[in-house]
Amino acid sequence: MHKRKDTKKNGRMELHIRDSGDESAFQEAKHEVQVSFPEQQASFLKRAEEKTRRSGKREERKQNCYLVAMARLLPFNVAVIYIVLLFICANLVSCNNGRRVGDPLEAELSGFSVPLEHSFELDDVAKFQSRGSLLLKTGREPSVSVTQNQLSEDERSKLKEVAAVDGLYRIRVPRVFLQADRQTEWQMDGYLTAFVRACAMVESHLSDVITLHTDVSGYLIGVSIVTLPGACRGMEVEDEVDLEVFNTTLSIMAPVNAPGPETALFLERMEQESEKKGKNPQEQKSFFAKYWYLILGGAIFLMLTNSAQPPAGGGREQS
Amino acid sequence: MKLFLDFSIEVVMKFRMLEAKLRNYKNGYDSERRHRMSAKFWRSCAILGASSNIPDTQSSQGILLFAFVCQGGRAQVQNQSYTLIEPELIFNFHLPRQQYVGKVRFSHFDTQLQSSKKVLVATESNVFAALNSRTGELFWRHVDKTGPEGNIDALLHHAQDAVLVVGNGRMLRSWDINVGGLNWEMLLDTGSFRSACLVGQQGIVKHVAVLKKTVISAHYLSNGHQKWVENLPESETVDYQTMYSGGNGQVFVLGIVPHSHITIVVYSMEDGEIIKQVSIEAPWLSNIPASCAVVGQGMLMCVDSTTMSLNTLDLHQQLQMTRIPLQSLGLEVDPDFHPSLVSHQPNPAQNPLSEFFLQLGPERYLLLQLNNGQIVTLRDFKPALLSSFVTTGEKTVAAVMSPKNKTACSINLFSSDTGRRLLDTTLIFTVDPNGGKPERLHVQAFLKKDDSVGYRVMVQTEDHTLTFIQQPGRVMWTREEALSDVVTMEMVDLPLTGTQAELEGEFGKKADGLLSMVLKRLSSQLIMLQAWIAHLWKLFYDARKPRSQVKNEVSIENLSRDEFNLQKMMVMVTSSGKLFGIDSKTGGILWRHYLDNVPKNAAFKLMVQRTTAHFPHPPQCTLLIKDKDTGLATLHVFNPIFGRKSQVTPPALPQPILQSLLLPLMDQDYAKVLLLVDDQYKVSAFPSTKNVLQQLQETASSIFFFLVDSSQGRLSGYRLRTASSSFHIDLSTEQVWEVIIPTEVQMIVSVKGKRPNEHVHSQGRVMGDRSVLYKYLNPNLLAVVTESTDVHQERSFIGILLIDGVTGRIIHEAVQRKARGPVHVVHSENWVVYEYWSTKSRRNEFSVIELYEGMELYNSTVFSSLDRPHAPQVLQQSYIFPSSISTMEATLTEKGITSRHLLIGLPSGGILSLPKMFLDPRRPEIISEQSREENLIPYSPELIIRTEWFINYNQTVGRVRGIHTAPSGLESTCLVVAYGLDIYQTRVYPSKQFDVLKDDYDYMLISSVLFALFFATMISKRLAEVKLLNRAWR
Repeated sequence: MHKRKDTKKNGRMELHIRDSGDESAFQEAKHEVQVSFPEQQASFLKRAEEKTRRSGKREERKQNCYLVAMARLLPFNVAVIYIVLLFICANLVSCNNGRRVGDPLEAELSGFSVPLEHSFELDDVAKFQSRGSLLLKTGREPSVSVTQNQLSEDERSKLKEVAAVDGLYRIRVPRVFLQADRQTEWQMDGYLTAFVRACAMVESHLSDVITLHTDVSGYLIGVSIVTLPGACRGMEVEDEVDLEVFNTTLSIMAPVNAPGPETALFLERMEQESEKKGKNPQEQKSFFAKYWYLILGGAIFLMLTNSAQPPAGGGREQS
Repeated sequence: MKLFLDFSIEVVMKFRMLEAKLRNYKNGYDSERRHRMSAKFWRSCAILGASSNIPDTQSSQGILLFAFVCQGGRAQVQNQSYTLIEPELIFNFHLPRQQYVGKVRFSHFDTQLQSSKKVLVATESNVFAALNSRTGELFWRHVDKTGPEGNIDALLHHAQDAVLVVGNGRMLRSWDINVGGLNWEMLLDTGSFRSACLVGQQGIVKHVAVLKKTVISAHYLSNGHQKWVENLPESETVDYQTMYSGGNGQVFVLGIVPHSHITIVVYSMEDGEIIKQVSIEAPWLSNIPASCAVVGQGMLMCVDSTTMSLNTLDLHQQLQMTRIPLQSLGLEVDPDFHPSLVSHQPNPAQNPLSEFFLQLGPERYLLLQLNNGQIVTLRDFKPALLSSFVTTGEKTVAAVMSPKNKTACSINLFSSDTGRRLLDTTLIFTVDPNGGKPERLHVQAFLKKDDSVGYRVMVQTEDHTLTFIQQPGRVMWTREEALSDVVTMEMVDLPLTGTQAELEGEFGKKADGLLSMVLKRLSSQLIMLQAWIAHLWKLFYDARKPRSQVKNEVSIENLSRDEFNLQKMMVMVTSSGKLFGIDSKTGGILWRHYLDNVPKNAAFKLMVQRTTAHFPHPPQCTLLIKDKDTGLATLHVFNPIFGRKSQVTPPALPQPILQSLLLPLMDQDYAKVLLLVDDQYKVSAFPSTKNVLQQLQETASSIFFFLVDSSQGRLSGYRLRTASSSFHIDLSTEQVWEVIIPTEVQMIVSVKGKRPNEHVHSQGRVMGDRSVLYKYLNPNLLAVVTESTDVHQERSFIGILLIDGVTGRIIHEAVQRKARGPVHVVHSENWVVYEYWSTKSRRNEFSVIELYEGMELYNSTVFSSLDRPHAPQVLQQSYIFPSSISTMEATLTEKGITSRHLLIGLPSGGILSLPKMFLDPRRPEIISEQSREENLIPYSPELIIRTEWFINYNQTVGRVRGIHTAPSGLESTCLVVAYGLDIYQTRVYPSKQFDVLKDDYDYMLISSVLFALFFATMISKRLAEVKLLNRAWR
């Protein structure tokens, strides 16, 4: 699905909403925004968020959705129109980059949020701090979305230092049960952890892919993180702003059903083949039906030639 | 008319074969190979006709094989036709399996005839067998179910019948010992087994009585029918433990209320009526079989270890116990030792002897006699290790083993009536320094012509070895029954010969000047020349002798690697703690070593730290022995070629060990580094020299390992950390990832990585359209198998997780619904094959998962788990398998060029070599031109077991528990060892012997053609020159 709505008002504003699509071009565009107007964008989005909440309208959040707003200049009256526009496509909005989260969001109708924490230390002793929060929607088809903090200046420099000594960037999420109805049931003790090399995090400009894995009954059993690109080539990341906003692709994976032996299809095919064969009665004849005259002829021939002498049993030896 | 029939049958056969052949052509794929094979097939048929003059013993083999050929005639025909040409080759390649019985629990010598050669043994491995007492070979063997269901509770032997009570009194069986056939079998009532005995009357034994917790039953010995069954009185309070019958038609059942009284119930053998029932005070007694024995005319003799006294009770009069303090006999007792009594009843229809043994200490036996209520000491044996009574004819003698010196024990016979030593009955038993202490003595006595008693003994030692000795100490045979329970094994390359080693050593040493190097080279080449001449001489010398007389006796001295490294040392670790070194060519045991401090429930891990490739450093194996309860571990470091304990002292391990890992890092002496992680997550290295620690410090950030805690469902990954201080480098760990599988839903049953010595030759598969599909070859991938805790057949499932062992990333997660274990997994290259029980369809199924990177490789030069962001493509397909399986392993070759086979051990004892191409998720359901181009077999849901896939022919391997594969020097050849109750070793050629010239290769033709061509070129060149010259003259 690929939806794009370009609206030009006063020749100043563009809005792109995508459900999912080719990410590379998309990400470039996004970076542009983040580099040029991070603060304006953030403030705008914050206002939009407040408005949304005030109106009390529930948003249906979908997985792997991106919102990118591109704004060149942002006078206030234009912003109001923009917010109206935002509501029009609100059902497609799901996740949100570069937003400062004050307090954790309220639990949704059948969902809850859990903290996503990260740790990167020079001495590699894990000290987990909040990176954002994951919004998990429970039920038959669980889904997840994320709200993430920005990295502060201290954190950025620390991440670069950790990357320089080839340290690890770790994340952790608490163990939860996604099928539970009540809040008391989803909590379990313990955390699931994963890591990437800090340099890969830096060189990918914080573009990571986080996957949550559940088991059959909906328990979260593992988390994995990879960066895109994944390699550490020793590239120097010049601009610190590149390391401010996470660009996270998030998904939740349940086990797939392994196939059993496919007998039905095979039998169908066999039947088709036998039908084909049935059309050709020549093939269906038994061995004796096909060669009876040869056998009979051979037998008579042998009887005639050997009738004078008793059987010597020599024929058996040949086999 | 008969003639006509014969003829037609023959014609039918021939036509069938032709038809089969044509069908193969029609199938289309690989038709060229098929052509070659079918040509071979017809040739082999012809050869059989010609080879009818092969010797008797081998002709049966040949004909048997021919039956195989005619049945299948497809896959392994080539191999078999090969064996047809030279039938003896089969004995070289396929060692006849070695059959074992296990640790002996009961044994009886067949005493019907003087010349009888049978020893009946019932073992702890639930095997009942008859051994040939002259050679130690098996006459016959019956293998029952494993576990408590097949447990042999008792073995009673009378004349030519052997009666077994099996499975905690579940089954009563009678075997004919002459042929090993079953006479009868009776299912008994439920109830836990207590005791069984033969009951005789007027000198004839007709019945067998079985005592259970609440019931006693009598059965006819002839047909097993129940004569009577009676409930025991007051069985809730009284614990009936043993039985006694003195041959007068009465059965005495002895029960006890611990620390209170003995209850004696006397049954009549005729109708099972209770004749008498008495209780007698015995507050000191708690266990009758451990401290009592019936002696003489029905006198119950019990030993009381607290007051150090013997207590006698007349079972017929049952008045009260008479106490005889041991001190009154002038005996002093070791206060910590629980004394025990041994009596002897030569015939169940007669009273036991009035003589008995009293063991007073670990090395002290007394021969006592009960004479009119008085106890007389006949002889005091001190020191004595073991003792035993034995009867032949009318004579009963006592055999006593006493230590002579450190390496030998002597066994002597004593007259049981007088305690006098019999003349010329000394037998020397040499204690193997690499074996265990003697544990039991089984004596076979016989009357010599001059009416004196002769005897042979079978000594059972702690390491489960049976040694059969004749006077004066000649070992007739030994059976290493420890080999019936091999836990783990490795195959180690044999060392180079002395000359080869000399040459190798030249490179190993440091250079010291040009001249000395040249001299050294010259001298070593001189030595090689010498050896070669000696070899030629030997060949010439042997060629004159007939072939059968040339014996290549393999001993530990002349062990050397052969040209293709086909002969290896099999290092086997058994559960008893005995290690064996077995030559893979002959199956002979070259060394053995018994570790006497191994705990009962130990887990073993065998690692090859240094191979034989690093002359002059000796090869080195390390065995990690871990107590499963405490987690405490010890290391045993030894030389795998000679079995000797290494000079290297392994580190002491005071903490329980969680994990051990063998790194590819080597120290300066080429020993691989072994890391041991203890429960404090501290790491110790072995060897831990400075060099090693430095290397570890450099590479620590790339050393990852994982731990599995299946009780909590926790899989966690760790990274090695080093902290260096001025004096030493500390090794510790840090946790980097964690995956937790809730134990409420599923349990981790197995975690399988790939074999570290596995090579994959080809990175991809060529598709039908000539593009390449690249394999996902992650060496760190783990296959984790889980089973659901819910065992209901609708809800049970099996989970397969593929996890990267370095990053903890879950690569793939699949669930096989309505399935149950036991799951067998093989994980290799880019595939995982597992087998499970489908509860829905009630059948065994195979499933295969293959992983591909896709059409492009992410990074074709190096694989790093940390840099593979894209998840692989996963393909999966399942098949029906017509049999359950015991174990599964994949073949392994030197470079991984040869196609892979799966070796499957079946419960029937067959070992199946199943080509991996049948387990390929790309098998198409609809055949297309491309899939045909790619040689894919069309999908069919069932895997058929073809008889020609059995690699062990009729040599079934009892209770196969594991299959070990090892590469040989030939790429085409994989060495296979199957172990279980038996051991079987063979070679397999998954892609046929493509790198070996056939023995019918026509050298003459090729070389003559070559020479002819060569001369033709020479001549034509000459002619051309002449012609040119002539033309120039013109």
